[in-house]
Amino acid sequence: MQLHDLLIAPFADFAFMRRALAGAIALAIAGPPLGLFLILRRMALTGDAMAHAILPGAALGYLAAGLSLGPMTIGGLAAGVIVAAGSGVVARTTVLREDASLAAFYLISLALGVTIVSLRGSNIDLLHVLFGSVLALDDATLILLAAIASVTLVALAALYRPLVIETVDASFLASVSKSGGPVQIIFLALVVLNLVGGFQALGTLLAVGMMMLPAASAMLITADMTAMIGIAAAQGMLAGYAGLVISFHAGLPSGPLIILMAGLLYLLALVFGPAGGLLRRFKPGQHLEG
Amino acid sequence: MAHRGYVITYIIIALSLARGLPAHAQTPAKLPVVATFSILADFALNVGGDRINVATLVGPDGDTHVYQPKPDDAKELGAAQLIVVNGLGLEGWIDRLIRASGAKAPVIVATKGINPQQMNEEGRIGLDPHAWQSIANAKVYVVNIRDGLIAADPAGEAAYRANADNYLGKLDALEADVKRDIAKIPPERRQIITTHDAFGYFGTAYGFRFIAPEGISTETEASARDVAKIIRQIKAQNIPAVFLENVTDPRLVRRIAAESGARVGGTLYSDALSPSDGPASTYIDMMRNNVRELAAALAK
Repeated sequence: MQLHDLLIAPFADFAFMRRALAGAIALAIAGPPLGLFLILRRMALTGDAMAHAILPGAALGYLAAGLSLGPMTIGGLAAGVIVAAGSGVVARTTVLREDASLAAFYLISLALGVTIVSLRGSNIDLLHVLFGSVLALDDATLILLAAIASVTLVALAALYRPLVIETVDASFLASVSKSGGPVQIIFLALVVLNLVGGFQALGTLLAVGMMMLPAASAMLITADMTAMIGIAAAQGMLAGYAGLVISFHAGLPSGPLIILMAGLLYLLALVFGPAGGLLRRFKPGQHLEG
Repeated sequence: MAHRGYVITYIIIALSLARGLPAHAQTPAKLPVVATFSILADFALNVGGDRINVATLVGPDGDTHVYQPKPDDAKELGAAQLIVVNGLGLEGWIDRLIRASGAKAPVIVATKGINPQQMNEEGRIGLDPHAWQSIANAKVYVVNIRDGLIAADPAGEAAYRANADNYLGKLDALEADVKRDIAKIPPERRQIITTHDAFGYFGTAYGFRFIAPEGISTETEASARDVAKIIRQIKAQNIPAVFLENVTDPRLVRRIAAESGARVGGTLYSDALSPSDGPASTYIDMMRNNVRELAAALAK
């Protein structure tokens, strides 16, 4: 009974908690696998940069049409795709590498966004808008989150083989197929799509956390790529559930707590992770293998 | 007393102004006044009329709590001959901004002489700065602003007094209307939820209970526990309506309403006026709009 009150009653009693959980699960299914590929491709900070890059687009959508899901999503997508494509083109055609051109593009985009917002004179609700509230998910937002998760999963399943090969050995894929370029573009588009979906629910920066933390943690737990995806998604869901329960009982803000829970799982994996945690280094015999 | 210090400052500045004025008397330049936010600017304009120019730091629909100063604002302050602030901690940034701008104009604290209410927020007790939400207090604002204007521009004393008396008369009429309209709402239905508890003085003056899902500041994010508490409370106490505010996330309010069965009222204006084409572009319109929305949502 007490355990029920603690762990289940919040969701049984309140629809907003069920919605928040559903939203968190949708984010956790799609985000962490993408985060995994970002890490494997040494693009772990790309998510953060892209999250900043979509802000101005979302802000423009907001300024044009108010607090409406459609324009903000489209604006965010457009800004993200422009920055991703722009930095890709610059990386291919100039001396700048991808990270430098991405940094340049997202900084321009962010500055532009802040300027646009201040033109309207009222900068107040933008923080509330862009740092969405997982407690205020309405039907449209939930459907958007679920649709993004579904599209991401289907796309990842279809692209899985070329994406893994391209991630591990891009020149090999280039020698056997021309799919490398399109695969990379679709992959970045999926990242943008998930960040745009995530900012509706958790806010931009926290959406990145949901993408990267479970992924990093899964890499410490297993070396098997397929298992990593499952573990990362499961950790994301666990973090979403635990964050909401604690927010409910302790009266702390929900979005940050969800990410803190993901962070806690990451720290646990960092210490105990069987595939690369700190403790593993001190097991007898391990040093000699290295 | 600090107040005496102010008064002496005003007198000194008034004297120096008075000495300087006759030279430019042929071209009556307007007195540059800076008000920190839109409601104060409305009061100042009503009292100052066409003798003054009012610049507003936080414009319509802006949030005074989280305002970011712009260089223009420092310029306005530097050029001002009178600065009108609310006080009671509303404009936490104003002292630094005034210092940074090098402004030497006297600062009128519009809430001077008001009996401040406390707000209790999760155990922290602080002064509630939203005193203008009671029309009786608004009259104190107007008197303070009138006296400040007279001190800064003694030549306009007659005009300021006439304007202020005229405006105070309008506020009296407004107060009578508000009380009459609220009397029609049954007392047990005078409970509402809004996103920002800026209505403490309104509640005390007119017998309403305002319950907020967020704290005293618009910066805090609501927790799941807060939201659940409010939904439980709406159900337990049969609170008839929830209201959106012009400065915070309306999605949360809609969610609470959908889940608790309370009616979603229209927009209440609390911290800022609406743009000039909106329903609350002046203080009087704002109060009338709020009472109209309340009456509509709380009627059976």
